[in-house]
Amino acid sequence: MAKRAKPIELEIPVDGDISNTPLPKARTGISGLDEISGGGLPRGRTTIVCGGPGCGKTMLGMEFLIRGAKEFNEPGVLVAFEETPLEMERNVASLGFDLRGLVDRKKLFLDYVFVEPSEIQETGDYDLEGLFIRLQHAVDLVGAKRVCLDTLEALFSGFHNEGVLRAELRRLFRWLKDRNLTTVITAEKGEKTLTRHGLEEYVSDCVILLDHRIRDQISTRRLRIVKYRGTKHGADEYPFLIDDRGMSVLPVTSLEMQHKVSDERVPTGIADLDEMLGGRGFYRGSSVLISGTAGSGKTTMAASFAEAACSRGERCLYVGFEESVDQVARNMRSVGVDLGKWTANGLLAHEAWRPSQYGIEMHLLRIHKLVDAVQPQHVIVDPVTNLINASAEKEVYSMLMRLMDYLKSRQITSIFTNLTQNGEALEKTDLGVSSLTDTWILCRDLESNGERNRCVYLLKSRGMQHSNQVREFVMSRDGIRLIPPYVGAGLVLTGSARVAQEAKEKAEALVRAQDIEKKQEALERKRSALEAQMKVMKMDFGAEELELERIIAEQRTREKQLQTEREAMNRLRRGKAELAAESAAAGSAGESK
Amino acid sequence: MKKKTKANGKDSGNHGPVMQLRLYVAGQTPKSLAAMSNLKKICSEHLDGTYELEVIDLMKNPQLAQGDQILAIPTLVRNLPVPIRKIIGDLSNVDRVLVGLDLRGQERGQKDSASSLSSSRKSIGAKV
Repeated sequence: MAKRAKPIELEIPVDGDISNTPLPKARTGISGLDEISGGGLPRGRTTIVCGGPGCGKTMLGMEFLIRGAKEFNEPGVLVAFEETPLEMERNVASLGFDLRGLVDRKKLFLDYVFVEPSEIQETGDYDLEGLFIRLQHAVDLVGAKRVCLDTLEALFSGFHNEGVLRAELRRLFRWLKDRNLTTVITAEKGEKTLTRHGLEEYVSDCVILLDHRIRDQISTRRLRIVKYRGTKHGADEYPFLIDDRGMSVLPVTSLEMQHKVSDERVPTGIADLDEMLGGRGFYRGSSVLISGTAGSGKTTMAASFAEAACSRGERCLYVGFEESVDQVARNMRSVGVDLGKWTANGLLAHEAWRPSQYGIEMHLLRIHKLVDAVQPQHVIVDPVTNLINASAEKEVYSMLMRLMDYLKSRQITSIFTNLTQNGEALEKTDLGVSSLTDTWILCRDLESNGERNRCVYLLKSRGMQHSNQVREFVMSRDGIRLIPPYVGAGLVLTGSARVAQEAKEKAEALVRAQDIEKKQEALERKRSALEAQMKVMKMDFGAEELELERIIAEQRTREKQLQTEREAMNRLRRGKAELAAESAAAGSAGESK
Repeated sequence: MKKKTKANGKDSGNHGPVMQLRLYVAGQTPKSLAAMSNLKKICSEHLDGTYELEVIDLMKNPQLAQGDQILAIPTLVRNLPVPIRKIIGDLSNVDRVLVGLDLRGQERGQKDSASSLSSSRKSIGAKV
């Protein structure tokens, strides 16, 4: 009973619980495709790759086989209905693949199937056993695990009996499945159906649609997994690129926001800016937006950062959309930033190309590829606004979002500059990318007194203390300084006005100081005058005191004298007349005293 | 099973160009057997000994399928005279086989249509 219950479980997979019954997959080796398909194409099953002419179907199939043989040791068979082996060899040689070598080492078998309708006359009953025999023979010869049939629909022009053909195709798909061959079938896109001849009816495991779109004369290739039975997969349209290293699909990395964040800080290359950012600069791996009007110093700021990074021995990638490499280098030398030195020793990878050179997705891919090649710690894109020339705003936005996410996920600090048009609101980016960035530095011009001065301030800087000041951005031969401007009386003065104001203030201060000094002196003088006066008075008082004391003493002496005289008189009077009486009453004499 | 059948006429060299035919089959399937018997009949009735026939069984020699670009089974290939012609199917429609082998144009007038009619009838009869 338990055994029976199991298949029922399989038929109703719980959403997101696919890992319980993993679908075996065969990696394509095509960068990006394995990511969005969750590990590759369904192993042992058939995948249809459809699209219009020139969309890259054959390339996908070929790369699937070649990489399978080279990287995953899975030999393959290519059945080509449209191109001869020699043609195919030449086609992929330009991508650096050695088809002949793989064939010689029996890793690959090429079978060119040529159907010429004018040669063929149908008389009665037939089947396509010949194709099966050829396929079986080829598979046996190299021990193939992978098969690519390109383009199977050529059969429809060769054979008129569609009933037989469809029956045989159905048989073919079953045949491939029975032999556990991972197969890619390419098919031309139909008017209303995915494939012109409705092949998707027979193959229902995986369908990939390729598209080649032209917009404003710029083409972009896109890939979409229309259907992938039994597995999670990205359902969006993903841009892809075919270049000298083959095909690469660009997965949107922002599906999940799970970046690791760093507490480490990186100096900005401008000491004053570091100071404004809590004294230590940006967070490593954060994204920084420098926006401002033309000529407000965005590039200079970005270049200083690059130089500082390189002088610490870190790698930096500088992508320019506005100025050529040499031009930026020359201009930066004038403010004491020598980029040439770092490009020469390889720490700085400086690339510049026109925004209109490719479609928007190609830019993204090219940056991706550069990041892969250079392995930088920091990336600068200057300016992102020019990309609008290459595509619609919305697409640029999504591209930048993806780029930021991609860089963040790799802990790469990214600096984007953004040109604000004059007359537009400054605190707005054309692309609305400001919300995506961690630190936003705004450079602006202040026009006053017949001059323009550059100002810098921080609109935001997530997760750190930062200055709220508006600083004046002064560039000179000696480098860059961010000077606190004169702020007072409801004014922010910069440039010569600031200097004048400062001079004026200095003069005023001097006057005030002198005034104080004068007053101090006056006080001092008053004090000494007072003290002198006090001294005189004291002296006067002393003299008077002495005089008075002398008089007092004199008077006292005179009093005493009088007393003695009086006593003597008394004694004399009594002595003569009544001497006897006096000797009798000696005491009374004492009383009268 | 690769057999070369040279037609009964030993003096084939005297009769202009020899027709080189190859019949590709895959094992002894009903279709293959029908094709073989139909072909023999056509050869004896219309080719008058000026042909070489090779029957190739792809089950035994799969590598031979590539050379003549064989997909359908059975396939009759006329390599000579040029241009190459391929006739696929069990060869039950004699008319079409003859057209395919460029024999239709060589026969003339009434006799031509009559014989083709009779032969096609014959083949239908054989099938039934």
